[in-house]
Amino acid sequence: MIKKLASSVGEYKRPSALAALFVAIEVALEVAIPYLMSFIVDEGISKNNIRNVIIFGCVMIACAALSLFFGVLSARLAAKGSAGFAKNIRARVFGKVQDFSFYNVDKFSTGSLITRLTTDVNFVQFAYMLVIRVAVRAPLMLTVSIIMAFTLNAKLAVIFVAAIPILAIAMIILIKFGFPLFEKMFKKFDEMNSKVQENLIAIRVVKSFVRENHETEEFRKASAAVQRAQLKAEKVVVFGLPLFMFCIYACLLAILWFGGNLVISRTMTEGQLSSFIGYVQQILMSLMLIGMILINLVISKASIKRIVEVLDEAPDISDEHADPSLKVAEGSVEFKDVCFSYNKSDNYVLNDINFKINAGETVGIIGGTGSAKTSLVQLIPRLYDVQKGEILVGGKPVDKYTLRNLRDAVAVVLQKNVLFSGTIKENLKWGDENASDEEIAEACRIAQADAFIRSFPDGYDTYLGQGGVNVSGGQKQRLCIARALLKRPKIMILDDSTSAVDTATDAKIREGLRTKLKGMTVIIIAQRINTVKEADKIIVMNDGRIDAIGRHEELLATNTIYREVYESQQKGVE
Amino acid sequence: MANHAGPVKVQNPAKTLLRIFSYIGKYKGSAIFALVGLILSIAANVAGTFYIKIILELVINVREGLATSADLIQAIGSLIGIYAVGIVAVFTQERLMINVVTGVMRSIRDEMFEKMERLPVKYFDTRTHGEIMSRYTNDTEALRQFVASAIPQLFSSCITVVAMFTMMVILSWQLSLFVVGMLALMLISVGRIAKKSGSYFIKQQAAIGKVNGYIEEYIEGQKVTKVFCHEKKVKEGFAGLNEELCNNATAANAYANSLMPIMGNLSYLLYASVAIIGSYLVLNGALGSYAAGIATLIAFMQYSRQLSSPIGQAAQQFNGILLALAGAERIFDLMDAEPEKDEGYVTLVNAIIDEEGNITESEKPTGRWAWKHPHKDGTLTYTELKGDIRFESVTFSYEENKTVLKDISLYAHPGQKIALVGSTGAGKTTITNLLTRFYDVPDGKIRYDGININKIKKDDLRSSLGMVLQDTHLFTGTVKENIRYGRPDATDEEVYEAARLANADFFISHLPEGYDTVLTADGANLSQGQRQLLAIARVAAADPPVLILDEATSSIDTRTEWLIQKGMDRLMQGRTVFIIAHRLSTVRNADAILVIENGEIIERGNHESLINQKGRYYQLNMGMFELS
Repeated sequence: MIKKLASSVGEYKRPSALAALFVAIEVALEVAIPYLMSFIVDEGISKNNIRNVIIFGCVMIACAALSLFFGVLSARLAAKGSAGFAKNIRARVFGKVQDFSFYNVDKFSTGSLITRLTTDVNFVQFAYMLVIRVAVRAPLMLTVSIIMAFTLNAKLAVIFVAAIPILAIAMIILIKFGFPLFEKMFKKFDEMNSKVQENLIAIRVVKSFVRENHETEEFRKASAAVQRAQLKAEKVVVFGLPLFMFCIYACLLAILWFGGNLVISRTMTEGQLSSFIGYVQQILMSLMLIGMILINLVISKASIKRIVEVLDEAPDISDEHADPSLKVAEGSVEFKDVCFSYNKSDNYVLNDINFKINAGETVGIIGGTGSAKTSLVQLIPRLYDVQKGEILVGGKPVDKYTLRNLRDAVAVVLQKNVLFSGTIKENLKWGDENASDEEIAEACRIAQADAFIRSFPDGYDTYLGQGGVNVSGGQKQRLCIARALLKRPKIMILDDSTSAVDTATDAKIREGLRTKLKGMTVIIIAQRINTVKEADKIIVMNDGRIDAIGRHEELLATNTIYREVYESQQKGVE
Repeated sequence: MANHAGPVKVQNPAKTLLRIFSYIGKYKGSAIFALVGLILSIAANVAGTFYIKIILELVINVREGLATSADLIQAIGSLIGIYAVGIVAVFTQERLMINVVTGVMRSIRDEMFEKMERLPVKYFDTRTHGEIMSRYTNDTEALRQFVASAIPQLFSSCITVVAMFTMMVILSWQLSLFVVGMLALMLISVGRIAKKSGSYFIKQQAAIGKVNGYIEEYIEGQKVTKVFCHEKKVKEGFAGLNEELCNNATAANAYANSLMPIMGNLSYLLYASVAIIGSYLVLNGALGSYAAGIATLIAFMQYSRQLSSPIGQAAQQFNGILLALAGAERIFDLMDAEPEKDEGYVTLVNAIIDEEGNITESEKPTGRWAWKHPHKDGTLTYTELKGDIRFESVTFSYEENKTVLKDISLYAHPGQKIALVGSTGAGKTTITNLLTRFYDVPDGKIRYDGININKIKKDDLRSSLGMVLQDTHLFTGTVKENIRYGRPDATDEEVYEAARLANADFFISHLPEGYDTVLTADGANLSQGQRQLLAIARVAAADPPVLILDEATSSIDTRTEWLIQKGMDRLMQGRTVFIIAHRLSTVRNADAILVIENGEIIERGNHESLINQKGRYYQLNMGMFELS
């Protein structure tokens, strides 16, 4: 799993490796310093030799200066390496998601993909920096310090051998007990946050039912639960620092006592003893840092896993069987015994679908909520692959075309459509990058968008906020239609794309499609009968199956569902 | 959601700090004892280092026969005592601090939510959810770290530096003089690094904001990208922002990372310099006898090494403090936002109405309601709640110069069905926003049973209005709880009745746990149509005299709508109903249809008269049947 991510270090291998190397040098120098200290005391002060004091003192200053130099250098390189690593991961995951098919995206949900790309990558970046800086530093410091301690006085160094396992075991116990408690705490946080989220979304409902007090009460409960969980978890962690101090203090006391006696019996010098004291903190501090890294790695392990899951996901739709030179020649569509389910099981949402649409025809699709109308049309541009059967576009199976060639020829205006931040023109140019102003205006005229765009002070250069917030729902839909028209597709699919457009405008759009774009196959999913009434064919969907296909008059005479829908919309009219 | 981390901008640090401390003040007891613990633990640490000097001195003296081992044992005994105090003090401080921290965070969260619930709808309409949400997540977390670690760290650093320096002066004033110089150098370098690192940190946060914004936008729009085969372009756009973030993050972390090596090594420089100068002083006998001199020097050197670490640790908090103060200001901004104003004093009460129409107030529900209207002279009058609503030339705009409603006058007699028809953006929903007083209009423009609605208490006004909105919102909880949302005291039987009325009974009974099925976040496990049916059942259970159906059936296909029509008809019976729709089939049997265009009522009448009028409504209708 980690290997998979490690390859993202890429061109930042050099700064990362150098950062680790320089940290090692810094550590070596840092450890040498207390050792030099004992020379100053024993060779200089004890022997009344001021020259030695100055010599060893200067060496020490030189060491400190060098250590400073390498320390800062390594700090900068580590920053470069980890930021670069994060950049590469981000680009890789983002790129991967761009290659995802609809199936892949549905599987992860957009919310979770966003968290993986933001929060999780940040965690990993932090962990990486920690690894190249501390994971080299702490064990190295620990080893060297212990070696030094043993060189100074092996008997006294045995104290560490006793202290280290005690500290390590204590920390493991704390982590073991603390970790599940923190997980519980995060869960409580999630619950509380979803309460807030809920209130933000539904504030009008809360206010109109006058339930502010009730909601506040509910929130207080959630908030109190968070506090309790937090207290419970922190109560375990709170033992950490005192335990650590206990170990340091106990070591110091033991060293002072036993070391003191060694000095008294003249088997150890006072200089050696004071150096030894210097190592106490270095050794135990390194141990503490190692513990910290381990905790961080455990935390980021979840993040790493979530990122790798995205990277490991194979886009399930590819150009594998495609012939790159093959272009869609004409706009016919044929479904042959098609069965389809979103989760690739045999619990089909679409069952035995068979029909043929000739190029240039206008086809309406009618059916209740959940009758799988949207699922049906999404198969045409191969947004999903079928489980059984075959779909032909322009007389060839859809997977024989490259996705690019197929989707250039088949435009879908999705039900949940999105505009991006940028000017109206930039958004429209998604359909055709090289479209001229006149071509853009023409598409907008057909989509009945030209007039309202021109009414904006900045016209086609009006800036749209994220999600197209500054245009109304109906305007957004018309812009989306114009954007799709600019592709000059052979097949145009409108999935309830004019639901927020008033009926008169809706009629004008259809009129435009019919007269100005002759030869284009148009497939319209609609709620209103009158939207599809004039179509060459109307497909009536019911519960994932085709209930009937025919023209308006035929269906009215023979199909119960169609008649019911029709009557429900005719009520009260002569 | 780390996605909406706000910009790092601190406007008034002093005021914000003071306000944060006012919350800590609520836990004065714990906080003070924690501070005492902190001081004691620092004292124990400093004194411990001092005792090491005494013990080393004793060791040499014992060796030279100038002291006895009993003295040594006694000294070590004292050190044990000091360390014991230190450990207990640290534990006490940490343990009390978690009480303070969790308590402070809870008070802030609770207050924030309570204040938020009182804010006018406008506040929510003019901000994104993510923006508000991040105050509960990112900003409170930054604040928690500030209270939990930055504040104790700053205190402890100050006290430690002062205490150590005092000890150093006691040990040797000559050496201390030299240390002052080094200390100044340390502080200057810390100051410079912190400043640089802070400015890059702010840039980094801004870059993160941009990258996250882009990620959010394009992941949410990924399906559109696919449909247009636009992947390459989108990746290119991302690469630019990603590179910018990488550069800023490198700079910010380079400074933040180098803080510790700089501080650590400066302290070694100090250590070595002290060793040279100190040895010179020891050999000169300036620090007393040889044993005393060496011991003093060793202790002094310990201090000089330790001195940099509190300064460095304090400096490391700098970026966190920036984040916390910026976050705290956003939190306080929300708390200080002006709550929904309510000067209403007319309340809604249960009423007993006798045959002559005399109204008396009742404690118990009677199924009838009256407005209780206190007057300045202390008298009370009661008006029966009937559901008579009038708009008298209402003009309204959300923003200046952008009039949404122009001179709207309308009336709804009790029990009448009024339909508002028109294209999106014509101002239909604004009318309901005004009626519910989500937004306010000048006095006397809207009257409810003859009463100026600005005089009616908002809560009472809203309880009398039932709303089904275009976007249905359900709450986490069981189906039953959701239906009961508008009337918590509804019996189970009433809940079932409401569900039957809305034709929701059928699908509910097919849910795994029936009425006790727990709905996940905003009813994600239901279809849009089913959610809408539940929303209708919810209003039915609340049983309000006036109903507002804002595109209530827009997500239900016409056939299903037809099926629930009977329930809807029953629901509407005897109530004043406002129906907002762009689908004309839903409004045909209304008593009055108002056609709204560009904020003005351009036609009014019933279906027949409007059709005969052959105006806009007629056109809309014909548009519907236009054979295209």
